[in-house]
Amino acid sequence: MPPHDLRRPFKRAAISDQHRRRELSLQRQAQNRQDAQHQARCLAQTILSLQNDSAEPEQEFEIVPQPEEQAQDFDVRQAARLRGSEARRWFAKQLMLPEWMIDVPDRLNTDWYVCARPAGKRCFVVSSNGTTVSRLRNGSMLHRFPSALPNGSRTNNSSRSGQSYCILDCIFHEPDQTYYVIDMLCWAGMSLYECTAEFRFFWLNSKLVETGACNDPSPYHRYRFRTILIYDCDQEGLKAAYSGSVPYMKDGLLFYNKHAHYQSGNTPLVLVWKDENCSQYVLDTDSTGQVPDQQQLVLELLDDGRLATSDDPPVVFGCLDRDFIQKELGIS
Amino acid sequence: MDVTEVLLSAQVIDSTIRKHAEETLKQFQEQNFPGFLISLSGELANEEKPVESRKLAGLILKNRLDAKEQHRKFELVQKWLSLDVAVKSQIKACLLQTLSSASSDARSTASQVIAKVAGIELPQKQWPELIGSLLSNVHQVPPHVKQATLETLGYLCEEVVPEVVDQDQVNKILTAVVQGMNANEGNIEVRLAATRALYNALGFAQANFSNDMERDYIMRVVCEATLSPEVKIRQAAFECLVSIGSTYYDKLAPYIQDIFNITSKAVREDEEPVALQAIEFWSSICDEEIDILEEYGGDFTADSDVPCYYFIKQALPALVPMLLETLLKQEEDQDQDEGAWNLAMAGGTCLGLIARTVGDDIVPLVMPFIEENITKSDWRQREAATYAFGSILEGPLPDKLTPIVNVALSFMLTALTNDPSSHVKDTTAWTLGRIFEFLHGSTVETPIITPANCQQIITVLLQSMTDAPNVAEKACGALYFLAQGYEDVGSTSPLTPYFQQIVQSLIDVTRREDAGESRLRTAAYETLNEVVRSSTDETARLVVELVQVIMAELHSTLETQKLSSDEREKQNELQGLLCGCLQVIIQKLGASEPTKYAFMQYADQVMTLFLRVFACRSATVHEEAMLAIGALAYVAGPNFAKYMPDFYKYLEMGLQNFEEYQVCAVTVGVVGDICRALEDKILPYCDGIMTLLLKDLSSNQLHRSVKPPIFSCFGDIALAIGENFEKYLMYAMPMLQSAAELSVHTSGVDDEMIEYTNLLRNGILEAYSGIFQGFKNSPKTQLLIPYAPHILQFLDSMYMEKDMDDVVMKTAIGVLGDLADTLGSNAGALIQQSLSSKDFLNECLSSEDHLIKESAEWARCLAAVFDEMSPHVILVLPARRVVMKSVPVRQIRFHYT
Repeated sequence: MPPHDLRRPFKRAAISDQHRRRELSLQRQAQNRQDAQHQARCLAQTILSLQNDSAEPEQEFEIVPQPEEQAQDFDVRQAARLRGSEARRWFAKQLMLPEWMIDVPDRLNTDWYVCARPAGKRCFVVSSNGTTVSRLRNGSMLHRFPSALPNGSRTNNSSRSGQSYCILDCIFHEPDQTYYVIDMLCWAGMSLYECTAEFRFFWLNSKLVETGACNDPSPYHRYRFRTILIYDCDQEGLKAAYSGSVPYMKDGLLFYNKHAHYQSGNTPLVLVWKDENCSQYVLDTDSTGQVPDQQQLVLELLDDGRLATSDDPPVVFGCLDRDFIQKELGIS
Repeated sequence: MDVTEVLLSAQVIDSTIRKHAEETLKQFQEQNFPGFLISLSGELANEEKPVESRKLAGLILKNRLDAKEQHRKFELVQKWLSLDVAVKSQIKACLLQTLSSASSDARSTASQVIAKVAGIELPQKQWPELIGSLLSNVHQVPPHVKQATLETLGYLCEEVVPEVVDQDQVNKILTAVVQGMNANEGNIEVRLAATRALYNALGFAQANFSNDMERDYIMRVVCEATLSPEVKIRQAAFECLVSIGSTYYDKLAPYIQDIFNITSKAVREDEEPVALQAIEFWSSICDEEIDILEEYGGDFTADSDVPCYYFIKQALPALVPMLLETLLKQEEDQDQDEGAWNLAMAGGTCLGLIARTVGDDIVPLVMPFIEENITKSDWRQREAATYAFGSILEGPLPDKLTPIVNVALSFMLTALTNDPSSHVKDTTAWTLGRIFEFLHGSTVETPIITPANCQQIITVLLQSMTDAPNVAEKACGALYFLAQGYEDVGSTSPLTPYFQQIVQSLIDVTRREDAGESRLRTAAYETLNEVVRSSTDETARLVVELVQVIMAELHSTLETQKLSSDEREKQNELQGLLCGCLQVIIQKLGASEPTKYAFMQYADQVMTLFLRVFACRSATVHEEAMLAIGALAYVAGPNFAKYMPDFYKYLEMGLQNFEEYQVCAVTVGVVGDICRALEDKILPYCDGIMTLLLKDLSSNQLHRSVKPPIFSCFGDIALAIGENFEKYLMYAMPMLQSAAELSVHTSGVDDEMIEYTNLLRNGILEAYSGIFQGFKNSPKTQLLIPYAPHILQFLDSMYMEKDMDDVVMKTAIGVLGDLADTLGSNAGALIQQSLSSKDFLNECLSSEDHLIKESAEWARCLAAVFDEMSPHVILVLPARRVVMKSVPVRQIRFHYT
């Protein structure tokens, strides 16, 4: 019985490029297979949404754009590096948009936060590479400025690496030229997308002040940032948010589900409430400044019978029977 | 026929005589297998016969009992078991008798054959008297019989699994073995055989190692044997210690101090083979502790299986100086010698493992050694210092190492350029590679490579590529990791300005006369691949140009004719490298539309070359060329159809390659690529492909790892050809069903089996998905209804077993959706009956994994169809995840005020 060989790999890289080529091929194939299946299933959804319509299914209609794909294929952490029209396109799809509060969610008092929404321009603020950029809902740029956010100006302390950047969800409040931060997507290179609102707000409140971003403007910090007070949605919290005084002009209440992740587009996990006490933009007024009895809403009836709002992008929310269309609306 | 004469003739140099003898033996075996085996065993046992014929007889006998290939082994075992009992008894008697032979060769051969027979019979509860009769041999006087018996016990323990031997017999075997090892055993050969037997018997000693007294005794005898005057015994005893270190790590604490003393004396004073084993002991303890720490992440609780005893951490202050000493014992030409393994190499390797085990703690212990030796005039000291540095780069945190590396980097670059010793340069280049591997890349906080030093680093590395082959190979390796660190750099890479220069230097390396030495050519191509993979759009044009260069190289390998087998092997290897490189380039260029079109102008030429590479060989298919063709099919899309007539035969050949199962697996993957590229244009080839895939599945020769991808491939085909898959249903579905049944129950099997089972399930489910999706909207969907109950049952039972991994879960819930989607209202009742579909769906909906959740959301919106057939509305919210809700239309109220 001879002794056993005990040689170990010596000065050899533990990698085998051939092995790697094989692995990468397999990954590509798995991805392609997944794409092919995904495509087949998307087609299914299109057809499904027509299936219960008694009208003849029409193949050509436009599907409501679903930003989800971009969001998934694309790591949010790379978003800070986007420039120009690419950045515009990407950011245009990323804001989390509240639904109207039309009923009281279950467990409102335990699972939800409430805050008074500042009036102003909703935007993303991105700091990276020594500068800070804010982008409006449609992705276009609002300001480019130096800020005390991580990597938000050239003078920031140099220990921060090029990897460091942050993305905040803000409302720019014109009267006091302040960015009110209502959510945090990325902080110092860390994505908070997969974090609950509870954690995001905690992080926001503990980190933002540290950087000096809440300080008064200075040559290297053009606009002030501020957090807003977030309350548990119990009676006291609601009362404070609804009627408490705030340093900004109020535009309704925002409700955040504590367990919800940040997701782009409309979500039922963030709700908005407006009435005349807490917002000046709640209702249409006529030319004399009077509020009419009925508020108007324009819906679009698509050729296939589906109903969409005239929001941008439109939200398809229902479809009507052919009978209903013919009898009640007189369209054939 | 005189068996002796034939056996002797089979060993002569003259090939005609030899072939004739082999033929005679073959005929004998075919005409009378039992008689053949009996003659062989008789020959082996016969003391009058020449030792050469006895040895060969034993060897042939052994080869009739065992083979490397699983299926062949199985056949041989069945054949032996089916022999007449009298025949087997006669053979076994001869074998046991041979253990007393005066010829040591005959005894040793018989030992091995006995172990093979035992390996077959003991699991069948046959030959129960074997161990008893061997043990009675141990008490015989003649030492040579004792030696042969102990050797047999050693082989036996290697052949059989511990479960088939009673604890009582295990105790007796261990007693006999340990007694044979004892210092008062006067015969060296007996003591050596016993020590080597213990090495194999350790796996049987689980119970004995749990008993303090027995364990103490075994450990004492092993430790004493490490002090034997006989070097072979010392070496074998250390081998036992190494094995104990990994098998009984958790029992080692009481002995570790003594073992440290013994091993450190051996490392410093003993002969090399012994010293190497002593170092290996500590390397294997590192292996254990690295595994334990990785498993628990240093987070130990009462229910951790094996606690970490931190032996390495405790021994660190003494262990590290001992190993540093070994680094100075290099051999002159070890870098050119592929098979070299000496004290310095083992010591440095162990040091590297220690760094991975203890992390930061090693740095202050090694730094003084480096500082003291790195500038000495003796090359051994400079090399040892550099090797020590390179060895500790994996393990300690970057924070700890980066400041040191920043200081060392320019020193190392100078050494790589100017050091007079090739050995020092080799180690320096290797160390640079390790620096880039562990301390450079997007995850590292403080970059080692900066705009200030990037150019110098690259210049030095490219220059080193013209150095001796072993140095150049390490320089390529360093560049590989340097490029890898920039893989996810974004749209601008710091390597861009040097891209052309780097590529040119690498191509020059591949063309060096001596590129065959030290794996240099391979390293250069692999580095080129990595440079391409990590490149950005800025250099896409240059990557496109590279296509022509590599094509020209591949073309020239095809021009040489009439090759010797050695040359043919080299040609084959070079073609592999070139095809691999083309594959990487194609995949890179295929990733974006503009570069894809830029590549497509070469597609015809590239494909022609691949086909010619295939044509070089008669029986097998070139794996690398096959992989590259997969990438090409993806890029070419429907245009790939024009290559199919010429390519198809190689596809067939690949699917039939059972022996090189990797080739078969790669070909199966390529079938998938082609399905997606051609879609229904693949139809004319499907009969052939499906036939071969079905054959592959039924083969017991084909490695099991290929079977799950074959199932997935069914899905790819079905998705491509849609309802035309109809004619394969009657073959594919039963295969899927029986595989599904097999894969349901995993309880009581090991991790590896569970992993395989999940791969198999995933393959089966992907097949179902593809088939359902393929038939969707076809008038023939009703053909699938008969299979649906079984599929739902499969999903049910997997859900019940609760051992699906995330991938399977996602695929499974997708299948549920596909089934609902394709079968429409027919599926409603079936799904309602299914036990757990709803629970399963809910579990998936609450999953953390977004892919699972996505599939589940999709399945839910389909399942909703069956819950409520009234007119309803589907809300599509533009959300990051599609949320679909089903609400009766009349309940909608507009609350816009």
